[in-house]
Amino acid sequence: MADVAFGSEQGKRRDRLNDHETYLEMVRRKRMYGGILLVLFVALLSSGWLLADARNAGGFWNGLPQVIDFPAEVLAEAWAKRANLPGLFLDHVPALIETLNIAAVSTLLGTLAAMALSLLATRGLARWQALIPLFRRTMDALRAIPEIVIALVLIYILGGGPVPAVIAIAIHTAGSLGKLFSEVAENADLKPVEGLTAVGASWSQRMWLGVIPQVAPNWISYALLRLEINVRASAILGFVGEGGIGHDLKLAMQWGQGRYDQVVAIFLLLFLAIVVIDGVSDRFRHKLVKGI
Amino acid sequence: MSANTYPPGLADGIIHSFDRKRRLAFAIPMLILGYLVYAAISFDISSLVQRARFDNAAVLLSDFWSHKTHVTRDNRSGQVTVAIEGETKGTYPDGMLPDWMDSTGGVTTIDLGQGHIVTYDDAGARYTVPGYGIIDIRPKDGKPVLTAPEPIPDWISVAPNKVSVTTEAGRFSYSRSKVETFKYQPGWELWFFTLDSPFYGKSMIQLGSLAISGDRIDPARSNLGYMVNEFWTNKMWRHGDVAWAIFETILMAFLGTMTAAIVALPLGFLAARNFDPLGPLRFAARRLFDFIRGVDGLIWTIILSRAFGPGPMTGAIAIAITDAGTFGKTFSEALENIDEKQVEGIRSTGANGLQRARFGVIPQITPILLSQVLYYLESNTRSATVIGAIVGGGIGLLLRKRS
Repeated sequence: MADVAFGSEQGKRRDRLNDHETYLEMVRRKRMYGGILLVLFVALLSSGWLLADARNAGGFWNGLPQVIDFPAEVLAEAWAKRANLPGLFLDHVPALIETLNIAAVSTLLGTLAAMALSLLATRGLARWQALIPLFRRTMDALRAIPEIVIALVLIYILGGGPVPAVIAIAIHTAGSLGKLFSEVAENADLKPVEGLTAVGASWSQRMWLGVIPQVAPNWISYALLRLEINVRASAILGFVGEGGIGHDLKLAMQWGQGRYDQVVAIFLLLFLAIVVIDGVSDRFRHKLVKGI
Repeated sequence: MSANTYPPGLADGIIHSFDRKRRLAFAIPMLILGYLVYAAISFDISSLVQRARFDNAAVLLSDFWSHKTHVTRDNRSGQVTVAIEGETKGTYPDGMLPDWMDSTGGVTTIDLGQGHIVTYDDAGARYTVPGYGIIDIRPKDGKPVLTAPEPIPDWISVAPNKVSVTTEAGRFSYSRSKVETFKYQPGWELWFFTLDSPFYGKSMIQLGSLAISGDRIDPARSNLGYMVNEFWTNKMWRHGDVAWAIFETILMAFLGTMTAAIVALPLGFLAARNFDPLGPLRFAARRLFDFIRGVDGLIWTIILSRAFGPGPMTGAIAIAITDAGTFGKTFSEALENIDEKQVEGIRSTGANGLQRARFGVIPQITPILLSQVLYYLESNTRSATVIGAIVGGGIGLLLRKRS
């Protein structure tokens, strides 16, 4: 039976010596392909770096010693004015809360949309089987548009403030969580759903009572992971657009020298917020996925 | 018999747990709703509705499928310029005019379509609106004086120094210094060739025959090469620049992700409990990953752009650093979950540490690593857009400049 794997003709006794040769031949070919791929990859990567270096404003080797300069300058100034830091922390807490609110609201809205989209796009669960491809493509489209494009368009229409960022991040979240949610829902046990169908439950009741309780731990875990990502995204969008701690950071940076204590205060706040949120969500996710 | 005897308190317990679930089923949506209401208040939604400029949305939408041509007359010099989107790059050269307008002997006639006609002449300007009448404007002491059928409708706005008219066919405005008409037309004008190009205004068939046979317009090169060059260096749409910017963005994502993976793999071994006998080293590697991830791409980007200046390399390094932290964490988790049996097997043949890693561990984790790396490659293509907007490279920069 085992020789099927070696591909020798059926009914023939296999030649041990030849097998060895074939095996070595296979290994050699595999190594050659691997080697070619590796060389190609290295060539691509190094030429890519050279090209990127050439198109950059400052060269790599000129810039390398300067990497430390800016942080050192900022830290030195902040250290000299360290007495200001606690006050500056307090000043920027509202902006941090706004950033966290943007992340939380957009994750919440995105998750709610993703729940509906994913159930509508999952084979076996969907309300309208024929429309599954439509909902899938919708999720792909939501995922494919970069947040910044949506945010810039919305800033133009709605003006500044946190709402454009919320909508932009929520749209992206709906698309990417929808895909993950639908993958989880595909593996859900259909027996509770059948039971609910038997007692005459409507589609929303079947989903709410039969599917959601099964997938909830995984879904919440994914949503928390997304929250971590969205906190960062909302800080970055604040830097590019308006609102939240990212915007404060941009203003402080534009002031430049003399305001570096403010920059450090914002850096530290953001750093602490991200570390705390990551830690809490990491622990919670572990609990959800691996049991208590 | 025993099947019917329940332990005391079981029924109560079940009823209690049902009650709890029922309460939760109400409490959680209420909590979410409460939070959203709080967020709506703190985001100041009510004033947003007033601030929102839905006319901007209309402008954006109409820009998406149409373009406008400005016909401007300088009231002092009498010079008439016709420019697409009002840009110098889209200005019609002398002696060349679009077919819907005519300019002879100091009289300019613009046909806005649907019977709307605008005329500029020495006395002033006239706009004939079908179903309404003639809007006549004459300057008096430098100020425009309006004569139009009364009552003046609200689509004509009259200010001391400016009269502007907005109809479904276009826009017209007369001020002290100039008189201007916008004509809206569908399509992306100049998408292929700008006005100064010899290929402007030719049909596909004409272009095709020029490309294949036809005399050389520029004797130094073939027509097809000339055409491609004119398209690529189109001053209005800048196809070449856009293509480069997209390429740079993808390059940033590719270089950043791959470099991060290469750097993170050995570090991941250091941070995995089952490979690294030295506790302090493991602790240091883990804290390093936490630090890198905590500092976040935004801050890395800012620091690096100070040192390396704007460009794709800065973005690539920023992505590489941020993702090295993430990969380090996920790789070390994957390494901790491997099957030890294969490593044992390799060890029994007398392999050293490097060989055990190469033949016992790497084949096991390759699928996980590859799926991670590919997932991040995809998501980094999007982050590279944002990072490009910050450091100034790639499509993000173009997006930000244009918006």
